[in-house]
Amino acid sequence: MVTLIAKRFGFMVFTMIVVSLILFILLETDLTGDPAIRVLGQFSNEEQRELWREQHGYNQPMLLRYVKWLGNFATGDLGESIRFKGPVADVMLPRLWNTAVLGFWTFAIMIPLSLILGVLSGMKEGSKLDRSISIFGILTTSVPEFASAVIFSALFVFTLKWLPGTSSMSGGFEFKQLVLPALVLIVYDFGYVARMTRASMAEVMTSQYIRTAILKGLPYKSVILKHALRNALIAPFTVIMLQINWLLSGVIVVEFFFAYKGFGALILEASLNNDIALLEACAMVAVCVAVTTQTLADIGYTFLNPRIRFS
Amino acid sequence: MNTDQEPILVCKDLCISYYTRAGEIPAVVDFSLTVLPGETIGIVGESGCGKSTVAMAIMQHMGANGGIKSGSITFKGRDLTQLTDDELRDIRGSEVAMIYQEPFASLNPSLKISTQLMEVPLAHEDISTEEARKRALQMLADVKLPDPERIMEAYPHQLSGGQQQRVVIAMGLLSNPSLLLLDEPTTALDVTVEAGIVKLVADISKKYGTSQIYISHNLGLILETCDRVFVMYSGEVVEEGTIDSLFTWPRHPYTHGLFACIPLPTADKHAAPLKPIRGQLPLPFERPQGCYYHPRCDHFEEGLCDVDHFKMEHVENSAPDHRVRCLRYKDINIGHQTGEGEQKEVLELGDRVLNVDKMKKYYEVRDNSLKALISGKRIRYVKANEELNFTAHEGETVAIVGESGCGKSTFAKVLMGLEKSTEGEVRHLGKDISGIAVRDRSPEEVASLQMVFQNPFDTLNPSHSIGGQISRVIKKFGVETDKTKVFNRVMQLLDIVKLPRDFYFRKPRQLSGGQKQRIGIARAFAGNPSMVIADEPVSALDVSVAAAVTELLMDIQREHKTTLLFISHDLSVVRYLSDRIVVMYLGHILERGTTEQIFAPPYQPYTEALLSAVPIADPEVTKREIVLEGNLPSAMNPPKGCPFCTRCHRKIGEICDNEPPPEQIVADRHVIKCHIPLEELKQVEHVIHVPSESERLHARANRDA
Amino acid sequence: MTTAITEMPKAGYGAALIRGLKSFALLRESWVGMVGAFLVIFWVLVALFAPLLAPFDPNSSIQPFAKPGAEALTTGGTFWLGTDHIGRDILSRIIWGSRTVLIYAPLATLSAYTVGILMGLAAGYRGGWVDDVLSRIADIILSFPVLVLYIIIIATIGASGINIIIAITFASSPGIMRIVRGLVLDLRNRDYVAAAQTRGESDWRVMLVEILPNARGPLIVDACLRLGYVIITIGVLGFLGLGLPPPDPDWGGMVNETRQMAMAFPHMTLFPCIAISSLILGFNLLADGLREISLRD
Repeated sequence: MVTLIAKRFGFMVFTMIVVSLILFILLETDLTGDPAIRVLGQFSNEEQRELWREQHGYNQPMLLRYVKWLGNFATGDLGESIRFKGPVADVMLPRLWNTAVLGFWTFAIMIPLSLILGVLSGMKEGSKLDRSISIFGILTTSVPEFASAVIFSALFVFTLKWLPGTSSMSGGFEFKQLVLPALVLIVYDFGYVARMTRASMAEVMTSQYIRTAILKGLPYKSVILKHALRNALIAPFTVIMLQINWLLSGVIVVEFFFAYKGFGALILEASLNNDIALLEACAMVAVCVAVTTQTLADIGYTFLNPRIRFS
Repeated sequence: MNTDQEPILVCKDLCISYYTRAGEIPAVVDFSLTVLPGETIGIVGESGCGKSTVAMAIMQHMGANGGIKSGSITFKGRDLTQLTDDELRDIRGSEVAMIYQEPFASLNPSLKISTQLMEVPLAHEDISTEEARKRALQMLADVKLPDPERIMEAYPHQLSGGQQQRVVIAMGLLSNPSLLLLDEPTTALDVTVEAGIVKLVADISKKYGTSQIYISHNLGLILETCDRVFVMYSGEVVEEGTIDSLFTWPRHPYTHGLFACIPLPTADKHAAPLKPIRGQLPLPFERPQGCYYHPRCDHFEEGLCDVDHFKMEHVENSAPDHRVRCLRYKDINIGHQTGEGEQKEVLELGDRVLNVDKMKKYYEVRDNSLKALISGKRIRYVKANEELNFTAHEGETVAIVGESGCGKSTFAKVLMGLEKSTEGEVRHLGKDISGIAVRDRSPEEVASLQMVFQNPFDTLNPSHSIGGQISRVIKKFGVETDKTKVFNRVMQLLDIVKLPRDFYFRKPRQLSGGQKQRIGIARAFAGNPSMVIADEPVSALDVSVAAAVTELLMDIQREHKTTLLFISHDLSVVRYLSDRIVVMYLGHILERGTTEQIFAPPYQPYTEALLSAVPIADPEVTKREIVLEGNLPSAMNPPKGCPFCTRCHRKIGEICDNEPPPEQIVADRHVIKCHIPLEELKQVEHVIHVPSESERLHARANRDA
Repeated sequence: MTTAITEMPKAGYGAALIRGLKSFALLRESWVGMVGAFLVIFWVLVALFAPLLAPFDPNSSIQPFAKPGAEALTTGGTFWLGTDHIGRDILSRIIWGSRTVLIYAPLATLSAYTVGILMGLAAGYRGGWVDDVLSRIADIILSFPVLVLYIIIIATIGASGINIIIAITFASSPGIMRIVRGLVLDLRNRDYVAAAQTRGESDWRVMLVEILPNARGPLIVDACLRLGYVIITIGVLGFLGLGLPPPDPDWGGMVNETRQMAMAFPHMTLFPCIAISSLILGFNLLADGLREISLRD
């Protein structure tokens, strides 16, 4: 068990280094276009570009640049943001917090909802409840986030006028402004998690050991809670951990749409403005969060599954 | 067994159907059964006869689309079909319990054994957790599991198959049920493990007075465990009676046919070939008019057997509960079990074809745990094959016998070129092939050494047509290249395996298990091989189908003078068709010799135990009982000395643990690996005693008197 | 037991096509699949016959801010779905937009599948270091949040039709590789694979002829689902301004361009949303129906 955690952690570090290398090669070298042109624009002349390159240390050997860059990262110096005219860290951290808040509320509602509905529909496979939840899930995952944002806005903002149309939180934190972004995220992801849970539950319910439990004369409640859920919830746990990775994608659209000052909108702005330093930092953070949750999911799965834990 | 008491279970005129989108499927048509207290009833039949459906009906758990159409099931006077869910829950586990076919799948992988055991009495009786725990521990000891404390704390995957099944049995007995249902409880287990479970089951009824219903397809097992037996065919009972009456003189043609499919201990392939039952089991909606068996019956009489469906009749001049469903049983003189049938010619042995010389196959396993890192032993070896020595001649049938983990599959892989040997030689037709992988062999070499695989459902690629697959083989072996010639050869092969020519166009899923296996045989013989390895070719097939496929294999081998290496764990089939036998255990060959030599003393102790474990469906044959205790060691950590020392019932002392046993030569090509001196081994009695004709007549006369 | 077959069967692509059509008929058994198929075929036909169906040129500005059903004052004809802020007919843009989607999405999916299947076969069948390396690569790519990955790729190579296909291939093939690898790991232990190996068949032949055809069930279902995801991706990239460059109509881009005016003119954003959702729904329902049928087999 200890070896497993050590191995996974080691792989996590390995991944981060490879990712940093990829990002460095893509964004800081000439491989995909001159960074100077990217930053200064096509209409800059060679002198300006040369000057910029000198200033930012682009004429040094590549390996040296990489090591310095990585070193900076590790110590927290994430560079200067061109778009926001300030240290990247100062810009990024409050945005991360905002996205964390949005994510927290999204998950707080979405996870119990999808788990419960998934378990209920898996318990009674083929029933009306099962079919309707399945169809509803398919429907909701077929509507892209920007489309559901449009539809919900049309309904709740323009027609019913219950909720505000943007979530810029310019007057301080207002919960009402969080509702629509969270709603879009919840509606989109709920279908997927519920379906995974349902599949896992249905598979468990048709297994032979559940038949054994029933034929032992155990009360139905015990069969479900003690025997079935213990096995059925292992896979959904992993799925839920991996949804954090998905969230980092989903918030980009939602934050952009509702002008919510979150991490996702930041990544988008960085790329649209060719703000290299900001983009790199955001990408590294995003990957770091994703890889951490993946590692935790892996370890958790091993822990929850006695077959692997004690082999 | 107390015949004065009220019966525990009465099934009367039971009729069970499944209701699917395609319509009603009548799985069971007419089933009646009475179980008295302390009795063990056997239900025997092939797949599709409805025996498992009956078991599920008794437990009232037929699934969403199954239902009892008519008839009744009365348990201790109460009609099970009328009970509410709560009442059923009361009965399940405490009065009626069930043991399943696959023990590992039947246990919850995420709960400890202690939880799963204790919840049975806790749910049904008003006892404390302490009391439940004590009972569970006691029960584990009763089912002869060593170290019950450790097992309580274990998870199912940490136990072996035999241990898991004992746990399931313990779980069933914990609340002292009156009736125990066992649905093929040993099918998934090794033969020697099976023997232990069978003995346990037999002891249960004696010790607890539990009635049992034992469902199986194996007549030998039924003989060893049951008092009365019911034979099912296509959804109904065709014959019922006590073990004595039914096994000595079966009256229904199907029962007789079943016995004729099973190799007898007296028979061998030349003297009394197996007589397969022709035709196929009818599907539930294709059942013929009148007697369901009549299309396959040799005693069919038109106008009588195909008119009306009829009921069971009491057999005259036989025990009071011997009944049969046949209108002509009085006229048919099937006779007692004798070995009749055509004699087949004995094949002369040719030159030596295969020579295995000190072959070893070790698999490397990388151990990445911290412990291994520290101790420096990162690479460990699974010793799959350890110094194998034997030979085979042209036209010979050599059987390789052993249980799971003995290394027979590994040996087959090395021969076929899927693996390379670690050391030693394997010479086929003079050439050493142990180091040559398949892709480096010439097409002729590949064609001359082919294999028939075990699982008929996987042996053919489901996505391609039959004709396509066989043609590919022919082309690959370079037998023919011209399109028409290839086609003709495919047709030829289909004829040889006795399948209709239009199977060329069919896909595997349109074929039955037996038909698929025939195609597997056709494929193996497509290139006129000099040697064929058959890896448990009939283990997954029903008895009657297995008999037909076995006979087919024999016929083809006889005609082509092919050497056959027959891998199996079933000693009765092996005795029937092999000339020589090689007994393997944990990668070692413990004994090898001709069939007669193996089945007679001197025995290697493992051979002895193996012979004693084989179920034999002849009530007049007696066996010495040997039950092995202890566990199969892991192949990564085999014992320093004799591999069998952990379970050997004749272990003489420390020498068995520490020193590898020597090869003792008993006769030409008969070798035993054991520390026990040969003279002692020669003194051992026969394990299986087959009475001679005069003894049989004597015994029968005594009984009838 | 010989029957009168003495001639060889006629092989050929005609027979294969007929078999393919017959399997379509199987869909009749699942009404969910039928609805999905209907939606997909509807949009395919729209895309195919776009020049005949669109009433106006999708890129010319005619009459800004027209409401749905309004008359075209200068040219005649009706703006059934209204016009956008530049005056382009929305119905025509949706019709032509379906072409864009239904060209790029299948191409991207096909490309991703080719790469993913080859990688998955090699990793699953060969095992060893090939598997280790490929799986690590897949893990690393999959550790990026999907959209972040797309943003980075498009930021570096720029936005164009081909680049979007490249980006989608790069981002989707690891997931496909994982699925194929799992299927191969399961199938390679079958006896018919061992039979092929003992015949001396080459590795690639075993992978492509023996193993792959038997994985087609789950892969076909996944392909339909993935087509849905790819369409969402194309839509989202268009919405974020990273998609195909204007003026070609692109449903996602249409939503982004007009959402500022959504309060007063909701039709400009709603109709493209409905269009893209219905197409994705079609593929998802089709996938669900196919899965139902394959389970029943």
